[in-house]
Amino acid sequence: MTRVHDMGGRFGDGPVVSEPEHVKFHADWHPRALAITLACGSLGLWNLDISRHARERLTPKDYGRFSYYEKWMAALADLLVETGAVTRAELEQGTSDGASDLANKRLAAAAVAGVLAKGGPATRDSNVAPIFAIGDAVQIRSVPENVMVSGGHTRLPSYAAGATGTIVRLHGAHVLPDSNAHRLGEAPEPLYAVAVKARDIWAHPEHPDDEVILDLWQSYLSAP
Amino acid sequence: MGGKGGFSLWTIDGGAAHDRPMPHDHSDHDHPHSLLPSDPALRVKALETILTQKGLVDPAALDEIIDTYENKIGPKNGAHVVARAWSDPDFKAALLVDADPVLAEMGYYGRQGEHMVVVENTDAVHNMVVCTLCSCYPWPLLGIPPGWYKSDAYRSRAVREPRKVLAEFGVTLPEGQAVRVWDSTAEVRYLVLPQRPEGTDGLDEAALMALVTRDSMIGCGLAARP
Repeated sequence: MTRVHDMGGRFGDGPVVSEPEHVKFHADWHPRALAITLACGSLGLWNLDISRHARERLTPKDYGRFSYYEKWMAALADLLVETGAVTRAELEQGTSDGASDLANKRLAAAAVAGVLAKGGPATRDSNVAPIFAIGDAVQIRSVPENVMVSGGHTRLPSYAAGATGTIVRLHGAHVLPDSNAHRLGEAPEPLYAVAVKARDIWAHPEHPDDEVILDLWQSYLSAP
Repeated sequence: MGGKGGFSLWTIDGGAAHDRPMPHDHSDHDHPHSLLPSDPALRVKALETILTQKGLVDPAALDEIIDTYENKIGPKNGAHVVARAWSDPDFKAALLVDADPVLAEMGYYGRQGEHMVVVENTDAVHNMVVCTLCSCYPWPLLGIPPGWYKSDAYRSRAVREPRKVLAEFGVTLPEGQAVRVWDSTAEVRYLVLPQRPEGTDGLDEAALMALVTRDSMIGCGLAARP
């Protein structure tokens, strides 16, 4: 089954409340939480998929009650302990027991602009050849789960599981999160944009011509 | 589309030298994060203190990151791209075919915008962008996502009832216009190219830029009229 973050199509949430463009953060600690998370990412202890999975592994109770940046902080603390960068005792006492042997990896202020500008592409050379072309019909995997690791990370939303769609774009070969989130290798494979008719996934679609388009890896797809 | 990224904020391979046991689920009280203070502001402060003392975080680097996303990178970048696309048909054609080299040339490449696709609104199709699984968003073009984009309400409803969500933004689409909702499930990031408003003939790029709202580039609004 899925986890609490997989909420596309869920009923019961209230209205979407817009806000002016100049509002960037809602509390002084929000930008700090963002910056600490980004800075720790540069230590090289985990990748983007591992960090996403760490947020998804929060208990449903915590995921629901935490605000956005509280989730980030909680997942960061969990990852720092899991990777051995910080100890449970240090978290509990609120002070360090000594310098880290990873201090040489620390992101320096002078390096920030360059690192943000450089980004981290997810495209790779791959020996997995594309088997679908634009216009092809495809069947999306019916079980929205990681097939390698029980309860593991996946980017297949449950609302699209089992639906039939059409390939509308080829994105090249991308790192497979289902593998990379568990340190099982990047396992790059072709990634496609797949269009699904709203009427094929919702009991009460708003309009017969509306569509949802998802980016899905080749191993999530089969010929119908 | 670029090769391996080298050093980045998120090393994609996670560092084989730091091979660790696979993470497991924790029981409720067993989560290390529960050891931190319950007040979120104090929790962030505690983490920053520990990490700074250990030499893992440089507070000056944090200031630099915050300054970047508060003051340097925001929706003006995206508006610049849209205004140019409205003004220059060749630029627009190149942007829609393969956005990455076009955006890189304008200096709008970077973290969370490594693989960009620009989708054009027309009389037949209105595009809208969401990330139902987390909060993926084209940072180099739009900055940090607004609170509503990260909200449960937007993430859950945008794919199932986009027209009701649009109505909450004051947008009603004609019956003949289909909605395409792009769920950002991979590292591809989407920018909506809104329709150029009526009555803007003769406006230069700078004047057009002022009409391009952030929400219109997510697909939750339309460009403003002059």
